[in-house]
Amino acid sequence: MEKRVTFSKWTVGILFAVPQLLLIFTFFYWPAGQAVYWSLTLQQPWGGGNIWVGLDNFKSILSSADYWNSITASLVFAGISTGLAMFIALVLAALTDRQLAGSRFYRVVLIWPYGIAAPALALAFRFILAPEAGFMAVVNRMWPGFWDPGLDGVDAMASIIAAFSWKYVGYNFIFFLAAFQAIPRSLIEAAAMDGSGVVRRFFDIQFPLITPTIFFLLVINITESFQDSFGIVDIMTSGGPANATNLMVYKIYSDGFKGLDYSGAAAQSIILMLLIIVLTIFQFRFIERRVHYR
Amino acid sequence: MVERTPILNFITHLVLFIGFVLAVAPFVIVAIAASHNLKDVNDVPMSLLPGGDFWVNIKTAWTTANLGPKLLNSFIMAAGVAAGKVMISALTAFSIVYFRYPGRTFIFWLIFVTLMLPLEVRIVPTYAVVANVLSPYQTILDVTGLSWLIERVSGVQVALNLGLLNSYSGLILPLIATATGTFLYRQFFLTIPDELTEAARMDGAGALRFFIDILLPLSRTNMAALGTIMFLWAWNQYLWPLLVTTDQSHATAVTELKQLIPNVGGIPEWNIAMAGTLIVMLPPLIVVVAMQRWFVRGLIATEK
Repeated sequence: MEKRVTFSKWTVGILFAVPQLLLIFTFFYWPAGQAVYWSLTLQQPWGGGNIWVGLDNFKSILSSADYWNSITASLVFAGISTGLAMFIALVLAALTDRQLAGSRFYRVVLIWPYGIAAPALALAFRFILAPEAGFMAVVNRMWPGFWDPGLDGVDAMASIIAAFSWKYVGYNFIFFLAAFQAIPRSLIEAAAMDGSGVVRRFFDIQFPLITPTIFFLLVINITESFQDSFGIVDIMTSGGPANATNLMVYKIYSDGFKGLDYSGAAAQSIILMLLIIVLTIFQFRFIERRVHYR
Repeated sequence: MVERTPILNFITHLVLFIGFVLAVAPFVIVAIAASHNLKDVNDVPMSLLPGGDFWVNIKTAWTTANLGPKLLNSFIMAAGVAAGKVMISALTAFSIVYFRYPGRTFIFWLIFVTLMLPLEVRIVPTYAVVANVLSPYQTILDVTGLSWLIERVSGVQVALNLGLLNSYSGLILPLIATATGTFLYRQFFLTIPDELTEAARMDGAGALRFFIDILLPLSRTNMAALGTIMFLWAWNQYLWPLLVTTDQSHATAVTELKQLIPNVGGIPEWNIAMAGTLIVMLPPLIVVVAMQRWFVRGLIATEK
């Protein structure tokens, strides 16, 4: 879409864009380029600039068992938490959209979790799921040794998934409810006149009409699970036990800033960037389709 | 709807109620745990009746993590990011919608691409840039030979250095450098009728006047929505403040939470930790509750 009427002084026009261009050059394009450069070079330990090593950094990353472990952990985390957060939100939004008594109240309360900072809710969940105090301790009393996220990798993964899903149920709920409310009421009324019940209307009318939202949220949830998980992992598990929750962004952080391996961290960043770019392109295709659809 | 479905209605109410309990339980548990004393909070099972130590714990958490200045830092950062985003995005969107100049499409795509890569992904090199924000320009001068030229001509050695670590600009600027808001404004500007622009031009308004007197007042709702979202987003940032504020003076409340985690084997002061969590949780929660309308609208419009 283009404007028919525009202003003729285009030098002024460029000036308006300058602040943003300066910012994204300095804090986006330069660092992104730097990451590519670092990923292809190796810093000399005693200074003296970087030496060109080609794809060696990538080779050593991709042949490291730790890295594959981190990818697997990230994918497990992304898969389960996305599925959980989206399914629960979809059910809650569909039921809220029935507009029975009290639905306005749920519409307000169910989105609160999304406002909370990931580290803050992580600390809350760390207490709630702590093995010696809080609520899982009750379970541990009954079956000693049943639950210990500090020692058992599966328990630790379950904890961070619980914390992340809790937050993103709120997020998905907002979008699902908006999508449901965008469906013309007349469609649903017509179906009701034809004698289809609530469940039938959901599967035959509402669900197909919100598939664009489902795909959109799918991509957003997966990319957010790569980024927003950092605070949760750092507060709840610090990547442990035994790297069981060492997700990709956390590994970039610990390799880069604790291990001071800039080249390795940069190579990992590039791989993660590619992954997110692929997902984003996928998402834009769906947004495009949604525009046509309307 | 028209039909009577008592069983389904019952299930609906039940499921929604369970959802409500799950959504609110962590808040309630945090608040209750924050009101217990050290012994009660570690009771198994913890009593769900609030204890009497609420204010004591809040006070302890406040002083232990030094939350006063940290909350102020968080507030400055979040307000700075929100204000910066609201202004800079409006300027950029105005430029790409209302002007025709060579390279406009290119600029559009330059900005568009920034949507793809979140800060977390390019964190290490961004940190290096912030450590000396002029280093890109220094490198450009060095590589093009300009700094050699300047040194020859004027005798001045070019060494640009401006570190932004432990400063508010270092916290804020990199968080503004994305396109989120720009597209929100762009979509909105595209819906403004051309006749309005024509009328303004006929009355003798230039670009700047049109922008300030007509476009900005019309975009107030967008500004409120974008501001709310960005405020929350910035307040909840963790990784970036953690890296940039190596020094306590600029640390934010969210990064400070780490200080409150009870050590393994140490005294399990969960009551203090939960009191701190409550303090840090509260401001964004208040914003969500008070600004609900803008919050929802902003989320859906920015698809962020």
